[in-house]
Amino acid sequence: MSVTLNRIGLTRDAYKGAATTLCAGCGHNSITNHMIKALYELGVEPHRLAKMSGIGCSSKTPAYFVETAHGFNGVHGRMPALTTGAHLANRELLMLGVSGDGDTASIGLGQFMHMIRRNIDCTYIIEDNGTYGLTKGQFSATADLGSVQKKGAVNTFQPIDPCAVALTLGCSFVARSFSGDGKQVVPLIKAALAHRGTAILDIISPCVTFNDHDGSTKSYSWVKDHEESIADVSFIPFFEEVQVDYEPGTIRDVELHDGSHILLKKLGEDHDPSDRRAAMRVIEEGRAAGQLVTGLLYLDTEMQDFATTEHIPDRPLKDLGEAELRMTKEQFARFMSEFA
Amino acid sequence: MLQARKILTPAEVTPEIINDLTIQAATVNGSGSQTANLVLTRAIFHMGIPVAPKNVFPSNIEGLPTWYQLRVTPEGHTARSDKVDILIAFNVVTWHQDLKTVRPGGVVIHEEAFSTADARTDVNYYPVPFSKLAKTKILNDTLRKQLANMIYVGVVAGLLGIPWEALEHGVKRQFLSKPKAVQVNLDAIKVGFDYWQDNFSKKDAYRLAPMTGVVDGKVLVEGNQAAALGALMGGVTVVAWYPITPSSSLCENLIAYSERFRNDPATGARLISVVQAEDELAAVGMAIGAGWAGARSMTSTSGPGISLMAEFAGLAYYAEVPVVIFDIQRIGPSTGLPTRTSQADVGFAYTLSHGDTKHIVLLPGTVEECYEHGRDAFDYADRFQTPVFVLSDLDLGMNLWMTPEFKYPDKPFDRGKVLSKADLERLAGDWGRYADVDGDGIPYRTLPGTDHPAAGYFTRGSGHDEHARYTESADAYVRNMDRLTKKLETARHELPAPVVDESAKSLIGLIAFGSTHAAVLEARETLAAAGRPVDYLRLRALPLSDEVAAFISRHEKVYVVEQNRDGQVYDLIRLALPAELVGRVRSIRHYNGQPIPAVAISDPLLQLEAVPA
Repeated sequence: MSVTLNRIGLTRDAYKGAATTLCAGCGHNSITNHMIKALYELGVEPHRLAKMSGIGCSSKTPAYFVETAHGFNGVHGRMPALTTGAHLANRELLMLGVSGDGDTASIGLGQFMHMIRRNIDCTYIIEDNGTYGLTKGQFSATADLGSVQKKGAVNTFQPIDPCAVALTLGCSFVARSFSGDGKQVVPLIKAALAHRGTAILDIISPCVTFNDHDGSTKSYSWVKDHEESIADVSFIPFFEEVQVDYEPGTIRDVELHDGSHILLKKLGEDHDPSDRRAAMRVIEEGRAAGQLVTGLLYLDTEMQDFATTEHIPDRPLKDLGEAELRMTKEQFARFMSEFA
Repeated sequence: MLQARKILTPAEVTPEIINDLTIQAATVNGSGSQTANLVLTRAIFHMGIPVAPKNVFPSNIEGLPTWYQLRVTPEGHTARSDKVDILIAFNVVTWHQDLKTVRPGGVVIHEEAFSTADARTDVNYYPVPFSKLAKTKILNDTLRKQLANMIYVGVVAGLLGIPWEALEHGVKRQFLSKPKAVQVNLDAIKVGFDYWQDNFSKKDAYRLAPMTGVVDGKVLVEGNQAAALGALMGGVTVVAWYPITPSSSLCENLIAYSERFRNDPATGARLISVVQAEDELAAVGMAIGAGWAGARSMTSTSGPGISLMAEFAGLAYYAEVPVVIFDIQRIGPSTGLPTRTSQADVGFAYTLSHGDTKHIVLLPGTVEECYEHGRDAFDYADRFQTPVFVLSDLDLGMNLWMTPEFKYPDKPFDRGKVLSKADLERLAGDWGRYADVDGDGIPYRTLPGTDHPAAGYFTRGSGHDEHARYTESADAYVRNMDRLTKKLETARHELPAPVVDESAKSLIGLIAFGSTHAAVLEARETLAAAGRPVDYLRLRALPLSDEVAAFISRHEKVYVVEQNRDGQVYDLIRLALPAELVGRVRSIRHYNGQPIPAVAISDPLLQLEAVPA
């Protein structure tokens, strides 16, 4: 059997992790596979990857891909803080955070918002199923108004939409997708990883055990029936040439920091992903029409990420030694004399 | 030896009291009085006279009463005095209350307009028309309010005989970064100085005279400045913090020092990253993330902040991530008295988080130790792969203390057990993140970014085995917890040892830690003079050293002195002692938010341990 190697000479298997312990059919397992595919095809060096997560079903998934990479399954809702610190310690790491809707929209909403506000260079994937799976099916804050719980209870609260929140805060990369739509998820993951800044990717990921019934707006059937993609997304990595034939005016081509390209092929009404107000409008109109709008909603490639704004050197701070970090003896003596 | 104190009345012929007095300035918060007080402090210190300032300030930006106590002693005592010799009454709101605090024979410099109708007759008054002087003699409209405080500096200088040269030094030192402000401030001081010369003749006994010897070579440093310098020299590169009194000045100083010493002139890069986080949870989380990725990282907090950090502290303990957490203690519970000092976080910090958790806690007792512990905490954190708490307090952290200049570090960073790519090649990738290879409980770790296929592992706060794999196995859990115990036991022997002074050859001993040290030093002198000398063990770290039990075994009675209500360290010590020693330990506690004075130790001891007739 022939084995295909990626650009750094690794097989797809090199990007696999431990066997999943999530339920069979869980949307999160599909996302794990999409991540494996994206990381393999991008040729990410496993040792450069840092897999970060909080607590919950989604946060277990970093154990299920790229086993040889470092991972950190932290505390509930605090993945952004751990990610921020690790990124500042070593800018060479590719930070990939995986979180859930409980992590993101409830206990960790503050951290989610402040990470966006700082534009920390990382990919933040929300595996969003509208329910607390590990604690057996309570509503989460992303559950839609009127969505029905397995035992019949109706959600009476307004949902928190992570994409709308991210847009409000000026997030530099906002996208939404569906775990069952690999054709869209994989290029969005690649684009998020290539983007320099906080990339929010909210992936609706049905919970087969607690939230996949009639009346739920996070079930497979509901999402399949109501997904409305705003554009076909393809991703051309920096190491490949853009070779696409298209009619003028049908494709938008956005270049990312590392020279990669995102190609967006118009489906229906044209959406300009550099227009933040248009992105908000698309979300609101979709909601009003009872649809789930997916795709790349917003992208700002100009915004500086935190480490750049703060003049953090490219060389990892963790590698600096006494010579760089301590005053010299002479400086120290002069400094002490200032206290006289 | 200089003249001893005497209680005086104005009617008496008063012998001079030289360099042994406490000045209390009662002013209004936010009016600029702190600057005036610091100028006075620096001027007196410049005369070679030991100073011990304590700033008692409200949780307020502007308008509430504030007091600054400047104690001067020929011996160099640095604990708070509970007596006021010279009152500067600048705040009409507290005037009557302030007047009561002055000892008989003392001095009261007050705003002339304050009512003295029912005033005391056993103190010496020097009424000064401060407001009128400010209006007529200070021409700078925008700075008049601030400069008005400088007038009392001049009056005190006249009263006590502070030479002009010392005042000049004090002003220049205080305005190091604003040389333009020097002259206007000196002019304002001159207004007060001249008013003294023109209007008063000396009625009281107090005087300052230049000294040599005691403060030679010493500098004035705040504990938070010292800790910031320690962190800088300890190689911190990632700092995350959330502003809270009294810890804020630690990170603010660190930022200021970093701007001077952590900018790479060649590239303009900053060799440190400081994040003002959204809350203390995020602050400690960022520091833990950075520690995990291999940077030397820290946060600094107080009171409520340490409570918020509890969950993350448990993660760092259990997942074994190095991080340094400064806790500049203030009075709790809850918001408590946010601007008052305390040692009441020690028990909580020691076991911070749910589950069986135990941390390394360093207990600096001087500003020099704030520097040394602040620096070495990063070595301990890396070496033992665990959070290290540095427990200072408001008194130590925010007041100026005399100290010998700090020593330049004499050893390189200890980065602990980190496996490099070459190490992993040598081991053929055969290693376990939580395996106890060396028998000391300390495992090896790899850092993210290490280019070896066996380097990666999955860090988690859930149950894990020697290879960092998820497990709910009862045996694996117990093995891991027991190894963590062993690791802390290893640390216990390597942390700063207690400082023991048994020169009194007494059967009575004192145990104290942190800022209580200053009061203990003075109380021991008082007790020795009263024929009741006591030995002393100063604790510098938790978990407790074996020295503590040994010290107790050599004494009949040992008093644990601390600044909290519940005798938290007293409890920890008794728990650690063999049963036959437990009965020897007693507790002395001070917890009103004011720094503990020596008499809070010597008075009860003189009572409890009266010399047999």
